[in-house]
This record gives sequence, structure tokens and C-alpha cells, in this order.
Amino acid sequence: MSVTIGDRVQRTGKRNVVTASAAPDSTLRQPGAETQNRIILENVSKFYGEVLGVNRVNLSIPPGVTGLVGPNGSGKTTLMNLMTGLIHPTEGRVSVLGISPTRPEELFRRVGYCTQFDSFPKGVTGFSFVHNTLRLHGLDDRESVRLAHEALERVGMTEPALRKVAGYSKGMRQRIRLAQAICHHPTVLILDEPLNGLDPMARAESLELFQALGREGLHVIISSHILHELDKMSDQVILMSSGYVVAEGQIHAVRTEVKEHPMQILIRCSDPNLLASRVFAQDHVVEAKLNEDGKGVLVRTRDADAFYLLLNQLVVKDKLSLETVAPADDDVNSVYQYLIGSENKTI
Amino acid sequence: MTRLAQLRSSLAEQPWELWTRQVAAVLRMDLRKNFLSRRGIWIYLLAFAPVVIITLHAIIDRRSGSMREDTEVLAGIFQFFYLRLGIFFGCLGIFTWLFRGEIIEKSLHYYFLAPVKREVLLIGKFVGGLVTSVTLFGLGVFASFAMMYLRFGDAGQYYVFNGPGMGQLLAYLGVTVLACIGYGSVFLALSLLFKNPIIPAILVLGWETFTPVLPSIVQRFSITYYLKQLCPVSIPGEGVLALFTVVSQPVGTVAAILGPIVLGALVLLLACKLVRRLEISYVAE
Repeated sequence: MSVTIGDRVQRTGKRNVVTASAAPDSTLRQPGAETQNRIILENVSKFYGEVLGVNRVNLSIPPGVTGLVGPNGSGKTTLMNLMTGLIHPTEGRVSVLGISPTRPEELFRRVGYCTQFDSFPKGVTGFSFVHNTLRLHGLDDRESVRLAHEALERVGMTEPALRKVAGYSKGMRQRIRLAQAICHHPTVLILDEPLNGLDPMARAESLELFQALGREGLHVIISSHILHELDKMSDQVILMSSGYVVAEGQIHAVRTEVKEHPMQILIRCSDPNLLASRVFAQDHVVEAKLNEDGKGVLVRTRDADAFYLLLNQLVVKDKLSLETVAPADDDVNSVYQYLIGSENKTI
Repeated sequence: MTRLAQLRSSLAEQPWELWTRQVAAVLRMDLRKNFLSRRGIWIYLLAFAPVVIITLHAIIDRRSGSMREDTEVLAGIFQFFYLRLGIFFGCLGIFTWLFRGEIIEKSLHYYFLAPVKREVLLIGKFVGGLVTSVTLFGLGVFASFAMMYLRFGDAGQYYVFNGPGMGQLLAYLGVTVLACIGYGSVFLALSLLFKNPIIPAILVLGWETFTPVLPSIVQRFSITYYLKQLCPVSIPGEGVLALFTVVSQPVGTVAAILGPIVLGALVLLLACKLVRRLEISYVAE
């Protein structure tokens, strides 16, 4: 059964899925070329015996950076493992750029996966670890050496590459796994908590790398607990809780769909008192609070579009001079708190 | 187009060159692990323990015993120790560890994240196990044979190079290869079927030991049934020992050679199906 609330909301099982996307129709149902450029999960469920991994997941992920957000045990890793064929769905179908994960010989020519498993084959050095992967691709020694050096340089691991991985710090092991995932120039990069264990400098560099890859037209699917960093780089987000997809789409659009929580908008203007008095008379405005510094108003409204229209009128009629107008809770963290935070207090 | 022609054309279209390179890559990674891992020391002991004993025998009993007696002793060592214990348990250690070891060390996913057909990966790992086991036990058998006849000086040399010695050595080495193929494939499949393949392996040992008392058609599903027939020196079977040495209804030599190979191929086909379904779930291990 499918009902429409605002842009699009699909009812899946007992959960509501907030789906916000620029595309008017679900691409899950679009045949042909479009599916060749998307990661598609159709009614996918995974059970580990009696334990639920994910349930009835429907997703169509376009290129760009996609953030996968959810508390521990929400199904993020299960979803990534399903996309890469490390586990098989109990029900449903997965397709990555039109390739089934049951065909690793095709899939991993185009996909790189940096898992969360912090383990390595015994005795390998950073270089041999990446080099071995490239040899498994069937590349000759010369090409493997070249690509291995290139990947190691890209993650800043050239210098310690000849040391054994067993002696690396957690951050270095994370980066060497990242090198292994990107060494063959994949078009889809799946990263499970890739920022774990990285120092602030390495984290900033990694974020920059992921964004650059996203700009190059790659699919970058990235799970992280660090919401503000995900917020900075994600083109779209998938929010998960207890094995269900709770929301998906561009974060602004997802936020718009969360009607239960009025939008918070911070306005800095020439006359905050006047603005507060004018907007408070409106039905859709729940709260208008003057900022502590006296130079702004925080408005909570159930209808952001109506509010922006009103604001335009006030500017013209009352000669209000606006300095900034910015949504105050239009980010991954807020959306996460609204949709999942009540169920899982910690992330 | 006939079915045979279709099959031939389909086979010709397969990326054999790529698969060969990938098998070689798996081999490079696995051989190092197989030969150099500390947990494999006991396999070296199994392979070379008879060499030590035969060497000691050669030093201590330099002047006693005849070549005929020692040939029978060597046949006994090969059939009772190598075939039933050494190669059996050695292959158990090597082949069950090929995938199970990677799962325990949480490194199997690195293979699964490469663009390698799971079947190609399985074959690569199997060949790696085969090279390891054949090298270790082949060298063990060769060294046992050499030490056994070395002490007889010129007579021993004559027996090996002008008598039946060389043929016996080649037969022992051939049986060693076939045993590694047969046992190896079985243990590889068991490791994909069971988290702890030790108990099923003990059942296999029981099966291999007691099939001689079963009907001959059932005996053909036993690896030692074929291998016993290929052993170059027969051991007089008396009492319970006959269970291990006598073949009630032997098949021809070619069939005996093909038997373990076909059996191994069938088990590997099953293993291919299992490895395609294999999931990475280290938490459950």
C-alpha cells in the first residue's frame, strides 16, 4: 500500500519511510538506462536466523555522496554487505549499476568496498596488501605496482607502505583499507565507517577525498556516526533504524517532510521585535523567539513555504531589512533526532 | 550446431587467460601462508617423521636386515602411515584451513571483494593446497625411499636404477598425488559445509577404514579403495590387517587412477556450489 504525504511517503510494513527526491517517480520502477546508473534494492529483507538485519528495503541511489545514518544495529553494515554480495538477501533483489552482487567478477570491476572489519591477512605490508588485491583483479605486476603506488599516495600512506600492517595504528589501517577499496578506480565506492580512528587532519583529508570522488560522478556510499561531517559532504542521506529505512533523499527535502516537527528558521534583520510580533499572529507559526543578542528571531513554523511568502510581504510592507535567513534544523543531525532520536537516544 | 560444438564454442569464449592469472595470484598469496605458517609445523612432522625413523634405522641397524624386508617395511610405512594417517591428517590440516582459516582470521572478505569468480577462487585455493600437500608429502615419501635404500650402497643403487625401485618410487609419488587430490577435495568441501570439520573428518576416517567390509559398489566411494590397488608393493594381509591391505574386487589400473580424480572433481563441483552461497558473517563464527 502506498500513500502520499507531501512529496512522497511510502508505507513499508509498520514503518513510514520519508522519501524525498528531485525525481517525480520512483526510479525503482524505471527500466533501462536509468537503472544502469543506480544502486537499487527492491523489497530487500535479510534475516540472520530469527534476527532481523534489514526489512523490506526499497532504495534507488543515484550517483553522488550518499550518507547512511543510523544507530548501532540499525542495519547499515547489513545494507552495505548486501550491496556487495558478502551476504545474500533472504528476500528481494539487489542491483548495483545493473549488476547483481551474485556476480562478483563483474561487480568488483566497478565497486570498491572499505569494510569495517579491522583485520588483515597475516604478515602483509601495506603495499603488498594493495598489490595483492590488484593481482587478484588479474592485472600484471607492472600495472599492479603502478596502481598500488597511486592509491597509497592518494590516502597518504606512501611512506609506511613497506612496513607490516600489524604495526600500523588504527588510522593507518583504516587508510590502507581505503587504498585497497579505491586502487582499481571503482565507480561505486562503499565505505563503512571510514572515519573511525582517523585523526582530525586525516579525517579532513578523507572527507575532501570522498567529496572529490563524488564530484567526479562516483557513487560514494558512506556510513558514519559523525553526523555533522556526513552533513557537510552528503548529497543525499538514508536514515536507518532497527533494520528499516526511516527516511531517504536530499536532507532539505527530507526535513520538509517531517511535518511533526515545525521547521526552525533563524532570521537576522533590522527590527527583530517587529518581525516577531508580525509572524506570531500567523496560524502556522508555533513559536517566535528573540535571540539572546537581540539581533535575530528564531521562528518555528509548520509551513515553511507560507512563512517565506509572509517574510517577503513584510520586507516590502514594513521595509524590513534582512541580514540572514537560515534554516536552523535543516541538517542530518536534526532530522536524525526527529526521526530516530526518540527511539535511540545515543548514536 | 551440435551440442558438442556449442559446448566447445562456449568454452572457447571463457576468459581462461584471466582466470589463470587470478588462480596464480591466489596461489602466490596462499603458498606463502601454507608453507610458512607456524600452525603448519605438525604437518611437517607428519610428512618427515618416517624419514627420521628410517634414517635412524639406517644408522643404528647398518648391518642387519635385507633389502626385501626393508621394501616391505617401506610399503607398510607408506600404506599404514602415509596413506591412512600422514596424508589424511595433513590434508585435513591444509585443506580445511584454506577457507576456514581465512574466516577465523577474518580475512576471507578480501578475496570476496575482488572481481574473481568464486569458483576460480576455490580452484586457486585448492591448487594451492594441492601444491603444498604434494610438496610436503612427496618430499617425505621421496626422502623415506632414498634413506631406505641408501644404506645398501651399490646394491641399493642397482635396485633403484636397474631394478623395480624407480617404478616403485614413481608409483608411491603418484599415489601421494592422488591421495592429496581425493582427501583434499573432500576436506575442502567439508570446511565449507561445517564450521568445525573435525567431527565429519573423523567420520570420513571411519568410512575410509571400514568400507572394505561393505559391498564393492559402496567401496568405490572410498578413496583408499583405489589407492590401495595402485601401491607397488603388496603387504601380506593377515587377520585385522587384511582390512587395510586387501582389495576384494579390484578395478583396472586406469580406473584406479581415474577413481580419486573423478571423486575429487565431483566433490569440487559440490564445493563450488557451496562457495557461491558462502556469506561473510564473522560474528557467527
